[in-house]
Amino acid sequence: MSASAPIIKIDGISKSFGSFKVLDGLSMQVMPREKLALIGPSGSGKTTILRILMTLERIDGGHIQIEGEQLYHMERNGQLLPADERHLARMRQKIGMVFQLFNLFPHKCVIDNVTLAPVLTKGMPRAAAEKRAMELLDMVGMADKAKAMPAQLSGGQKQRVAIARALALQPKIMLFDEVTSALDPELVEEVLNVLWRLCAETDMTMLLVTHEMGFAHDFADRVLFFDRGRIVEEGKPDEIFRNPKQERTQGFLKKIIAAGHRV
Amino acid sequence: MTQWSGYFGLILQGTLVTIELTLMGSVLALIMAFLAGMGRLSRFFALRALATAYIEFFRGTSIFVQLFFAYFVLPLVGLELTPLQAGVLALGLNVGAYAAEVVRGAVQSIGREQYEACTALNLGRWQGMRHVILPQAFLVMLPTFGNNAIELLKATSVVSLISLADLTFQAQVVRAQTGNTMVPFTTILVIYFILALFISWGVRSLERRMARGLDGVRV
Repeated sequence: MSASAPIIKIDGISKSFGSFKVLDGLSMQVMPREKLALIGPSGSGKTTILRILMTLERIDGGHIQIEGEQLYHMERNGQLLPADERHLARMRQKIGMVFQLFNLFPHKCVIDNVTLAPVLTKGMPRAAAEKRAMELLDMVGMADKAKAMPAQLSGGQKQRVAIARALALQPKIMLFDEVTSALDPELVEEVLNVLWRLCAETDMTMLLVTHEMGFAHDFADRVLFFDRGRIVEEGKPDEIFRNPKQERTQGFLKKIIAAGHRV
Repeated sequence: MTQWSGYFGLILQGTLVTIELTLMGSVLALIMAFLAGMGRLSRFFALRALATAYIEFFRGTSIFVQLFFAYFVLPLVGLELTPLQAGVLALGLNVGAYAAEVVRGAVQSIGREQYEACTALNLGRWQGMRHVILPQAFLVMLPTFGNNAIELLKATSVVSLISLADLTFQAQVVRAQTGNTMVPFTTILVIYFILALFISWGVRSLERRMARGLDGVRV
């Protein structure tokens, strides 16, 4: 695979929940190491894209390729068949996700949250997994809480643990689904700082669904504005935030700014 | 004046039989509860159907009839059981059917976000169930399991009808030999009650131990 090939290639996917069409023939590409911000009103389909990439929702039609390999299909004798669980498990190794509500395991202490998946899915020896977990917890500033239970942590701390947990599987693509939306304003910063560190210290591809427009502007290489399951406008952060061409983008940004968000 | 000391020996023996029956029945019930409860949640229709049939049948028929069936009818098809075996079988299968629904309900009460975290961390179905869902669900099951165990303890008295010398059986022996009803039945009433208290207390302390660290944030 050449360096210029997209790491994610989405081709005409559609997805409905009941009669509500969330995504309608959506196509997009993401290049390796690219930092992408997905913005738009709620219900516009941006979170659904992340959930589809993480195989939490299935698509109704279309194709997705990760590193040139089909995500929801398997190639057998030149034919495309629906992916089985083994294929999905192999593809999931490339992708990690951090959720809005952290989704930590409440019955396990911080370090066990981080080591569980590497030990179970990669057969990593416990000692090695713990050593690696401590490095990751150190990176997110949570090493001193390794033995704490999730219930003892603040929202920002929980989210930093959740990031370390996802990193432990060394995914090439990281999906961040409104990771600061559930946090008190004074805790947002500590999580965004971790994202900055990831950006500087790793070469992961990152897809970020966010309402932090200031952060999206500074962080992203490219911004996609979604509305009603389609990409209405995309471009460099400066173009989208300073000089949006589409009326719907302008309207959305105006509302966001009126709500007190910095751009 | 009746010499009670010898009779209290009988009651004590009966108590031990009742405890034995309760423990063994509970183990079988627990096994059946997890088998059938997980079976109800299976992807496979045959397993779901089998689990549902078991649960509905054993909840829907009387434990008294089940016990008589195990003890008197099974020998007709060549399956000879001792009274203790028949008692454990009937009690375990009967209470297991109720507890299976507890297992299913508890597993289903664990939020979708926990399952999604498992998927995102690429845990297999069974890995996620074993390490993430069941440990949390078990805490939800415990109080109701305590109820089930007490129900099972009380139901053990039916085995006296197939001449297994449990607490109730011995009380009847004492009554037959002494003509006194008040002393033996008051005694076993108190003993059943104390045994039930032990179960309550055991389950509660187990619950406290397992909930440590969760701090009531179970949502």
